[in-house]
Amino acid sequence: MAVTPLVRVQAEDFDLQAESLRLTEGRKDVGALVTFTGLCRDEAGTLAALELEHYPGMAEAELTRIAGEAAARWPLTGLTVIHRFGKIAPGHNIVLVIAASSHRRAAFEAADFLMDYLKTRAPFWKKEHPAEGGSGAWVEAKTEDDTDAARWT
Amino acid sequence: MNIRYFAWVRERVGVEEETIELPASVATVADLITHLKTLDDNHAAAFEEEDAIRVALDQMHVETDAVLGNAREVAFFPPMTGG
Repeated sequence: MAVTPLVRVQAEDFDLQAESLRLTEGRKDVGALVTFTGLCRDEAGTLAALELEHYPGMAEAELTRIAGEAAARWPLTGLTVIHRFGKIAPGHNIVLVIAASSHRRAAFEAADFLMDYLKTRAPFWKKEHPAEGGSGAWVEAKTEDDTDAARWT
Repeated sequence: MNIRYFAWVRERVGVEEETIELPASVATVADLITHLKTLDDNHAAAFEEEDAIRVALDQMHVETDAVLGNAREVAFFPPMTGG
């Protein structure tokens, strides 16, 4: 039976160590743990912060649908997705994906798939606040993200 | 029907959310967009680039040919940029 993924959408930061431990503690069947952390970068000093807007309710629902698809597709022992919203400064965390499996391939692929689908389907939008001040601009979606997501169909 | 807007669609319309009585002629999401564009300049500006707008019906992604049916909530937003 496929695992039930842990999905959280929150303003506060997450703890990579604690979330990793949650998928491995007390178990002897986990042979691979892949973690992906997405951080806010400062775009060579031009960015003061990212503002992440989300669609409450649908963000959780869509992440749960995507994570459920990954859990059905790969033999995982655990899967966690945490996405933050609100204002996030450079150097700080935005998103966490952890895939646990008996073997590495499933864990690598599930985490990769999850990020590709999350980027094109989860209802989050980034606004850039420039370091020089003034009103920010919405980040435009990249066509590469659609190409990346299409690799899995 | 309850309508929600996000990101630059929300900024252009000027509200996060509104409730609209649907005329009988509105059956699909595309019909609804056509109707919303007639409401005022803000709505017209928000839906100017129709190809750039994504839609969710009751918090599920749909295409603009989707029938509104008994849906309670429709949301309009730009392509997503999370992660």
